[in-house]
Amino acid sequence: MKYAYYPGCSLSATGLEYNMSSQAVAPHLGIELQELPEWNCCGASSAHLQDHTLALALPARNLAIGEGLGLSLAIPCAACLSRSKATEHAVRSSQETQSLIEALIDRPYTAAYPVKSLLEVFIESSLDILQDKITTPLTGLKAAAYYGCLQARPTDYMDMDDPEKPQTIDIIIEAVGADPVDWAHKTECCGNSHPTSYPKVGGPLVNRILQQAETSGAECIICACPMCFANLDMRQKALGQERDRPFNLPIYYFTQLIGIALGISPKTLGIDKHFVNATELLVQKGFIPKAESSAKGGLA
Amino acid sequence: MKKVGVFVCHCGTNISQTVNCEHLAEVAKDMPGVVFSTEYKYMCSDPGQTMIKKAIEEHNLDRVVVAACSPRMHEATFRKCLSGTDLNPYLLEIANIREQCSWVHSDKNKATAKAEDLISMSVAKALKNESLTPSVIPIHKRALVIGGGIAGIQAALDIADTGYQVDLLEREPSIGGKMAQIDKTFPTMDCSACILTPKMVDASQHPNITIIASSEVEKVEGYVGNFDVTIRRKATCVDPIKCTGCGLCSQKCPAKTDSEFECGMSKRPAIYSPFPQAIPNIPIIDQTACRYFQTGKCKICQRICTADAINFEDQDELVTIRYGAIVVATGYALYDHRDKYGEYGYGQYTDVITGLDFERLVNASGPTMGKIKRPSDGQEPKTVVFIKCVGSRDATKGHEYCSRACCMYTAKHATMVRDKIKDSQAIVFYMDIRTPGKNYEEFYLRAVEEYGVTYVRGRVSRIYMENGKLIIQGEDTILGTQVIVEADMVVLATAMEAQPDATEFARKLGITFDQNNFFNEAHPKLRPVETFAAGIYLAGACQGPKDIPDTVAQAGAAAAKVVALLSKDEMTTEPIIADVNINRCSGCGFCVPVCPYKAISLKTLTERVHGSVAWGPTGREVTRQVAEVNKGLCQGCGACTVNCRASALDLLGFTNEQILAEVDAL
Repeated sequence: MKYAYYPGCSLSATGLEYNMSSQAVAPHLGIELQELPEWNCCGASSAHLQDHTLALALPARNLAIGEGLGLSLAIPCAACLSRSKATEHAVRSSQETQSLIEALIDRPYTAAYPVKSLLEVFIESSLDILQDKITTPLTGLKAAAYYGCLQARPTDYMDMDDPEKPQTIDIIIEAVGADPVDWAHKTECCGNSHPTSYPKVGGPLVNRILQQAETSGAECIICACPMCFANLDMRQKALGQERDRPFNLPIYYFTQLIGIALGISPKTLGIDKHFVNATELLVQKGFIPKAESSAKGGLA
Repeated sequence: MKKVGVFVCHCGTNISQTVNCEHLAEVAKDMPGVVFSTEYKYMCSDPGQTMIKKAIEEHNLDRVVVAACSPRMHEATFRKCLSGTDLNPYLLEIANIREQCSWVHSDKNKATAKAEDLISMSVAKALKNESLTPSVIPIHKRALVIGGGIAGIQAALDIADTGYQVDLLEREPSIGGKMAQIDKTFPTMDCSACILTPKMVDASQHPNITIIASSEVEKVEGYVGNFDVTIRRKATCVDPIKCTGCGLCSQKCPAKTDSEFECGMSKRPAIYSPFPQAIPNIPIIDQTACRYFQTGKCKICQRICTADAINFEDQDELVTIRYGAIVVATGYALYDHRDKYGEYGYGQYTDVITGLDFERLVNASGPTMGKIKRPSDGQEPKTVVFIKCVGSRDATKGHEYCSRACCMYTAKHATMVRDKIKDSQAIVFYMDIRTPGKNYEEFYLRAVEEYGVTYVRGRVSRIYMENGKLIIQGEDTILGTQVIVEADMVVLATAMEAQPDATEFARKLGITFDQNNFFNEAHPKLRPVETFAAGIYLAGACQGPKDIPDTVAQAGAAAAKVVALLSKDEMTTEPIIADVNINRCSGCGFCVPVCPYKAISLKTLTERVHGSVAWGPTGREVTRQVAEVNKGLCQGCGACTVNCRASALDLLGFTNEQILAEVDAL
C-alpha cells in the first residue's frame, strides 16, 4: 500500500528516531511511504489556540496535496494526526466549511482519502506480513503500551481505537512476540510541553506514568508519539534524582520494536540516540549482539 | 336556513394581546350563516358558558363556533355546555386562535387576519356539522395488572379492595420486583422486606386477587372494557397445585448457577425459588441450568418430591382471559455501565459494584449475611467511594434524564457504610444533590452532619488499580483541584432505564413510549396515569424513573381510574369514528390492513337489485362484500378514510364534505 507520508516538524528533530525507524521498517512490510511534497506545519498546539479557521486551513493544505496525488496521508505524530483528523471531520460535516477552507488554501479538498495514523497503517496492512518476516521474536520482553491522550481522542473523529482501553500498540507488541503488560496509565496525559516549560506541573505527570509502568513490571514503554516519547525519555534522569532511585525504562517507538524483530540494525532504527540507554535491554534479552551495543550507549 | 353563533374568547390577555377580539366579533357577523356573534374575556368560565346558552335560546342558534384555545383544552367543556341546551354537542366547532395563532405570532394585524380566516373556516364547517350520538359498550368487570413489583401489588390490592377481580401477572417466579431486593428504604430507613412482604402476603391471600407468576403477555386484542389478553404461562416443570413449597428439591439439586436475586454474588440451584419469602412459594426449574435438561440425566428433584409435583414434560400454555381494564406496572431495568464506562474499568474490577449489588451486600439475608464485604476477597472495605449519575444526566454515554432516586439511595448507602463499618470513610462524588421529597433533604443532611459522609462535587474521570487498591481519580469543582482517592470498594449509582423489551411490549398493547422508551402518559400533568389507549393505565417506573413513595402513589391513582371504569356497567364511546357508506363500498378491503386498531373487517351482504332473468324471480340477488367498522375498537384516527378509493369511508365529525367546506372558506 502506498501512502503520502507526512513527517511533520518533530520527525526531523526530537523525533528523528521515529522517522528513521518508520522509513526503515515500512518497505519490509509492503508499505510505501512517499514523503508529501511541499508540506507545511500542521499548526498543532498553537494555531488552534489562536484561530479556528487557521487551525483547519493549515492541515487542509497538506491533505489537499495528498488528495491531488490520490493518496491517503500516513501521519506518525499524534498531534499532527489529531489536527488533520479534525480538519477532515470539519470538511466532511459542513459544505460551508469546505468552501471556506478551499478558498483559503486555494485548491480543492473534498476529504476523499481518509487520514490515517502510522499506527493504523501498520495494524491494517502489515500484521500478516510481519508474522512471516520476523527473524528475532522479542520473546520475554515485558512492554507497556503507552498511547497518550490523542491517539484515540476525541471520539468524535478518532475512531480507530477505544479511548479508555486502547489496543493497537498492544496488538503490535504481541505480534513481535513480546508480552504487553496490563497497566493503568496507557492513556494518562504526559504533560505535553509542560515537563519542559513548567516542570513543577509537568514533572509529576511524567513521574506517575513511569512509576506505574515500573510497578506493573514493564521493562520498557512503547509509544507512537514524538511528544510522549520526548517527555518519557528525557525526564527520567531528573525524576530519578528527585526520588533518589534512578529510573531505567527505555522508551521505544513501535516502529523501532518492529525493526528489531525484523533484524534491522539498531543504529538504522536510531536506537542509539535515546536519552535512556535503549540498547542495553535489547542486548540483555539477546535480541541484538553485544558488539553493536558498544557503539553508543544512550545520551543520558 | 342554519343559524350560526360565533363566540370569541380573549383568554384573559392570552389571545387578546395579539389578536383584536372585538374586531373578530364584528367581522364574524358578516360571515355566511352567522346570525349572532360576541366576545368575552373568559368564554370557558361560568358566565361565558351562560352567555352561550342564553344566545342559543334567544337567537335560535343551531350551530355554535367558539374561537378560543385548542380543542384539546376545552372542546369537552363547550360540548358539555351545549348538552345543557337543545343542541347536540357535536354541532359545536372550535376555532383554535390561541395555540395556533396568538401564542405563535407577534404582529397583531397579521394575527387578527389569520384568526379571521380560522373563524370563517370553522363557520363553514359548522354549517355542515351533523348531530352525532355516542354508542355504548359493555364493561367486563375484571382487571389485569401486568408486573408484580410494588407498583403492581399496590394497584392490585387497591382495585381488589373495592370488590373487583384482579389478575396480577408476573414474569418472574415470584412477585416482589426490585423492592424485594432492596435492604432499607429512605428516608425512614425501615426495612424494605418488612413493609413489602406483608403486602405480598395480602395480595396472595386476597379473595379477589389471582397471582399468575412465571407468565407473560402474549397478545392483546379488543378494546376498553373488553380486552382479550392471551397469557403465556411458561413451563415451570413444577405443578403449583401439588407442590407444598417444602424446598427439599432446591436443597438437593446438584446444579448451581448465579442467583439473579443476589445480583450474581451467590449461587442458586436450577430448581429454585428466588428468595425465601417468595410468593407464590413454588419453585420452578430453570431449564438452562438444569442437569436433566442439559444432559438428559439427573431427575433427583423428581425422585425426592413427596408431592409428585415435578413434571419434566411441562409445556408453555396459552390462555385467553377477558378484562375490562389493564394496569401496566412493568417497572424498570438498571443501566449496564460495563459496556459504556471504560473509565470505570468496563466492569473488569470486581469491587466496582452497582447500588443494587450494594443492597444485597448490606441485606441480612444477602450473600454476606448483611456484613459489608467486598466481592473480590471478602474483606471489609474501609474506604468506600460512591459515584452518582452513572448513565443518568450523561447524554454521551447514557441517558439525558435524571433517575431521581439515586441521590437519596446513595445517601442511604453512605450512611450504612459509616454506621456498619468502624473507622470507615464514605466519599460521594456528585454533580448536584437532588432531594425534592418529604424529609429527603433532612435525610441527606443527616448523612453529612451526623454520619460524617464526605461529599465531593465533581465527576470521577477514572478508576484504576494500583497495589490492590482502587484509585479513584476525579475533580473537586468547588475547590478547583484534582482529587485522587484510594478506595477498597466503589459503588456506582447506575441509571434507571426502560425495560429492554419495553417498545415491543408497548406495541403489543397499543400504547406509546417516549424517546427513552418509557411509556407515555396521556398528559404530563393532568392525566398522569392514563395512556392514549382507553382502559390502559400506568403505574410505577415503567412511565419514568420513580422512587417507592411516588410509585405507590401512582399505583393508587391508576387503581382509582380502573375502579371508576369498572364501576360502570357500560360506557359511552366517542361518536367520532369511521362510517361506511355501503352503497359506495366496493369491498376491496384496502382499509382492513390500514387500521391500526384492527377495527375494520369485511362482511358479506346479500341484497336484491332490480333487473331479472326469465327463469328466476323478479329482482336479482347479489352477494357482495363491504367494510364494517367495530365501534368499540375504532379510535377515529381517519387512516382508513384517506385510503378508501371509493370515498365510501368517512370520519364522522370530519367528513370529506366538512373538511372541504373549510378549505373552500379559506
